[in-house]
Amino acid sequence: MKKHLLNITSNIEIARNIFEMKLTGPGVGSMTTPGQFLHVSVGNQSSKLLRRPLSICDVDLERKEVTLLYRAQGEGTKQLSHKHEGEVVDVLGPLGNGFELAEMDKNKHALLIGGGIGVPPLYYLGKHLKKKGIEVTFILGYQSIEDSFYIEKFKEIGETIVTTVDGSLGIKGFVTDAMMNVVENEPVIYSVGPAIMLKAVEERAVGLRGYLSLEERMGCGIGACFACVCPTETRESGYVKICSDGPVFKMGEVVL
Amino acid sequence: MSRLHVSLPGLNMKNPILPASGCFGFGKEYAKWYDLSVLGGITIKAATLEGRFGNPTPRVAETESGMLNAIGLQNPGVMKILENEVPALEPYNIPILANIAGSTEEEYIEVTRQISSSPQVSAVELNISCPNVKEGGIQFGTHYKSAADLTRKVKAVSKKPVYVKLSPNVSNIVEMAQAVEEAGADGLSMINTLVGMKLDWRTGNPILANKTGGLSGPAIKPVAIRMIYEVSQKISLPIIGMGGVSTAEDVLEMMSAGASAVAVGTANFVNPYVCPEIIEQLPKLLDEIGVENISEMTGRSTKQWRTPLSSR
Repeated sequence: MKKHLLNITSNIEIARNIFEMKLTGPGVGSMTTPGQFLHVSVGNQSSKLLRRPLSICDVDLERKEVTLLYRAQGEGTKQLSHKHEGEVVDVLGPLGNGFELAEMDKNKHALLIGGGIGVPPLYYLGKHLKKKGIEVTFILGYQSIEDSFYIEKFKEIGETIVTTVDGSLGIKGFVTDAMMNVVENEPVIYSVGPAIMLKAVEERAVGLRGYLSLEERMGCGIGACFACVCPTETRESGYVKICSDGPVFKMGEVVL
Repeated sequence: MSRLHVSLPGLNMKNPILPASGCFGFGKEYAKWYDLSVLGGITIKAATLEGRFGNPTPRVAETESGMLNAIGLQNPGVMKILENEVPALEPYNIPILANIAGSTEEEYIEVTRQISSSPQVSAVELNISCPNVKEGGIQFGTHYKSAADLTRKVKAVSKKPVYVKLSPNVSNIVEMAQAVEEAGADGLSMINTLVGMKLDWRTGNPILANKTGGLSGPAIKPVAIRMIYEVSQKISLPIIGMGGVSTAEDVLEMMSAGASAVAVGTANFVNPYVCPEIIEQLPKLLDEIGVENISEMTGRSTKQWRTPLSSR
């Protein structure tokens, strides 16, 4: 595990309060597994000391460029959104365990379900799966059309179904409202989003195999501080640490 | 002997830097980032008699130049710590300060009995200042008599020197320090976190599931400096200083206030390499002010004042 200083190549708003930051540097070469995250420092001039765990959205290994999408909601991410091309960002990573692709040896169809700012890591994952010859279907949930992003890019990888809470784009409702027809084909599920969404996804995917990636406020990001634990019935300790045991877990492994 | 060497009861340290309890787990996570043998010592996460799950999440909230935490003493219990965690630190050959906690006097005593029997444990840190558990913790650390009673009972069974970790959430830190000194403590650790709270202004709800948490980070450093400064003039015990230390300059400031060694906490989360970076920087700063041995720094501030501030 390493600390890297990466240079910003672009940092632009792509939807309401959603920013796309591209960073380059030699450290990017190690970011090959979808589902891992970078622990990003806002900068040592900020009073916001803790790092932000941002999942890897895309990596261009030839250009040594990593893409992070984040929502500028709190003070720290707002400060991040004011950074310009050429500025240096201090990141730890890649951290955590990414998505397992081994399950896909037996199944040729994957359903990738993301909600809000949980959507980004599905992009890198989708690209990996497609490269393996897997048929990929996305269900992407947003609050409204103003909050939606990357839909055209997802469509390049596979069928993309969009839901919005207010019905301004795609199906009106939640990602689970779009799951019914797709799960009939018994795909492998990969899902990222808030716990309440993951729980609903898990309930609709009974009998299927899959993976969930969890979000939580983190401290250290490397498993030392015990801030981001989640209960589990599958381990003797009774808990997992989301940052270092996860953030990706098998469906059914953790208690949501 | 190295110019960074410091010696405290039970703790023979090649430099004055050790990670603070709860901010470094049991060391194995940070061992993936650097060789822990460079540290002056290590304070391991609080041990209780049985394993504890701790508080619900969210357990951390960020604040200006600091953070609130309410982990709730999550740990696998003293037996598993002695079986699995302490032996894993053996290759680094550094003093281990074992933090112990409990809900009752009996629990503190039993945990101390077990953990101080380990030949690998150099000293015990008596945690009477955790603000995030319902029973025990801070309730022993905010009353002079209960702090002194517990110190006496723990000392009676401990096979290693006992450092009492003081809470800043008291009206008179000096009286608390004097009470535990009289009860037989071998040293003090100060300060633990300050009780604080953060609300989501949109909903009015606390960010932490536990509602309140312990404030740490650079925001509390001036409080730690003031308390160490006052206490060190009134007692003769060595002090392990802590509270918002994140640079080598902070270390020398805290030693000047009266600390003999310095623990680094929250800064480990900001920069996993902070401890080795501080250790590397210390000799350069000593050169800058013409000091040969770092142990000369301890209590410089009070030596320079004709009338100590605390008696004004």
